[in-house]
Amino acid sequence: MSTYQIAALGRGSTRLGRLRGLIRGRCVLIVAGSVVAVTVLTAVFAPLIAPYDPNAVDPTAVYQPSSSAHWLGTDDAGRDILSRLLYGARSSLLAPALVTLTAGLVGTALAVSAAWLGGWYDRLVSALLDIVFGFPGLILAVVVAAMFGAGLTVAVVTLSVAYLPFIGRVVRSAALRERQLPYVSALRMLGVSGRRICLRHLTPNLLPLVLVQIATSYGYALLDVAAFSFIGLGVQPPTAEWGLMVANGSTGILAGRPEQSLYAGVVIVVFVIACNLLGGSLSQRLLGDNR
Amino acid sequence: MPEHTPGAILEATGLRKTFGDFTAVDDVSLTLTPGASLAVVGESGSGKTTTARMIAGLEQPTTGTILLAGRQPPGPRARTTERRRFAQHVQMVFQDPYTSLDRHQRIGDSITEVLALHTDLRGSARTARMTELLEQVGLNPQQAISRPRSLSGGQRQRAAIARALAVQPRLLVLDEAVAALDVSVQAQILTLLQDIRRQTQVAYLFITHDLGVVPHIADEIVVMRQGRVVDRGTTTEVLDRSQHPYTRALIDSVPRRGWKPRRRPATPT
Ligand SMILES: Nc1ncnc2c1ncn2[C@@H]1O[C@H](COP(=O)(O)OP(=O)(O)O)[C@@H](O)[C@H]1O
Ligand SMILES: [Mg+2]
Repeated sequence: MSTYQIAALGRGSTRLGRLRGLIRGRCVLIVAGSVVAVTVLTAVFAPLIAPYDPNAVDPTAVYQPSSSAHWLGTDDAGRDILSRLLYGARSSLLAPALVTLTAGLVGTALAVSAAWLGGWYDRLVSALLDIVFGFPGLILAVVVAAMFGAGLTVAVVTLSVAYLPFIGRVVRSAALRERQLPYVSALRMLGVSGRRICLRHLTPNLLPLVLVQIATSYGYALLDVAAFSFIGLGVQPPTAEWGLMVANGSTGILAGRPEQSLYAGVVIVVFVIACNLLGGSLSQRLLGDNR
Repeated sequence: MPEHTPGAILEATGLRKTFGDFTAVDDVSLTLTPGASLAVVGESGSGKTTTARMIAGLEQPTTGTILLAGRQPPGPRARTTERRRFAQHVQMVFQDPYTSLDRHQRIGDSITEVLALHTDLRGSARTARMTELLEQVGLNPQQAISRPRSLSGGQRQRAAIARALAVQPRLLVLDEAVAALDVSVQAQILTLLQDIRRQTQVAYLFITHDLGVVPHIADEIVVMRQGRVVDRGTTTEVLDRSQHPYTRALIDSVPRRGWKPRRRPATPT
């Protein structure tokens, strides 16, 4: 599952290392940045650019091939696929953004406080992060969905928890290094409170790392949300969402109309790759590393 | 409660620090009066930094006592208010001026942050005091908005000194504070430190591996070797007349400016 790929990324596999070499190309950066920017703009301005209402059902126009009226054709309910892809960008992008931002915020707070306070609190936080890390996100989601019911909120909350370790573990070890620096000793000697050192000094210095972790997790979170929706635990029909469209289109595949699944799948793959390339170059720019 | 001599601002008695079964500092005693300057010299690994950190309260002595103006320093678990009250007794300047400043903080802010904690100055009065401190250490007030990254090593060290002076400490511990700087910059900082001492009556505990800088800064010298004090005296006594073989070896290993070894011809370099 995609959550594991980030784990591999954290440990740094050689294949990814070679991939990072590619990232250096400015051209890749521009293309990836454009893909992400255009997708975000699409999500924002979907109502202005979409030719149809994404939920407008037309029983007379089911499984239409692409035409000048429906550029990408229609789905099993006669809805315009292009409009659904454009609108779908909204929940598809928003949900993983909530996931990574929540995980970023909570993970950073946990990591910095654990690194600062140490002792049993640090051991507890580290143990919890390790447990969550070893727990496949999807299984967690199934359990939570069984308890609280399926839906986007449950998916976002569950994934936020599942993504905590990707922020928390990395930021904690960086915070442990950071607090060894002489300026922290100097601030303590000057009588600056621990809370202030954490909030005004450690956290701002760790922020570039947090941003990089958020950026690199984002693509995977999007993939996970799509996977949740695909198996019926995330966004619920009839909302337009890419993962759901892949699932929804699977009935069409049997009918010889794979377009919906195909287009939605391609959009997901292209966007996730663009995100990761962007995250990689962000990591190089902000942290100057080539992990 | 250990004995306190009135007037002494630092009385360290029988300091000992062990890491595991390794003894880094062994039975070191130091005394300082207001405005005095004591150099602690010794080769790398002789326990100078550990001694400095214990006196600064960053490390707990295994045994021995430290009194700063008659008071015991706050322990590692001390509350912020207690540490804050103690801040004016001792401050420290570190070797690496880059990592001893918060890299994202403008240097003016790093000083006003301290002024906010330790003075009643508000608003423009606080800014004026910050500017005054920058000028005192020879920085341009316009550099208040600079971040450490855009300053030179010497300027960063000046900023670190200004931040420490903001609490008006009675003792400043300088651990290899000029070691990372170019020789010409070293001389400037040493001169600056001398001026500050004359103006403020702050005392220095000047830690260095380099005997060459000592005459420019210290009245007295303590020579450390393998955690122990092996020689001590006034600067002139030790540099000119010490009979201790280790001290002599240290003196002879100083090849450059400052003073010249008297008993041997200078070795060509
Ligand atoms: N935290 C520590 N843990 C273990 N050994 C240490 C620690 N700090 C210093 N030492 C050891 O103590 C000895 C003295 O170190 P230090 O005080 O830094 O010497 P100096 O500043 O004179 O070079 C060295 O051998 C060093 O390895
Ligand atoms: Mg040292």
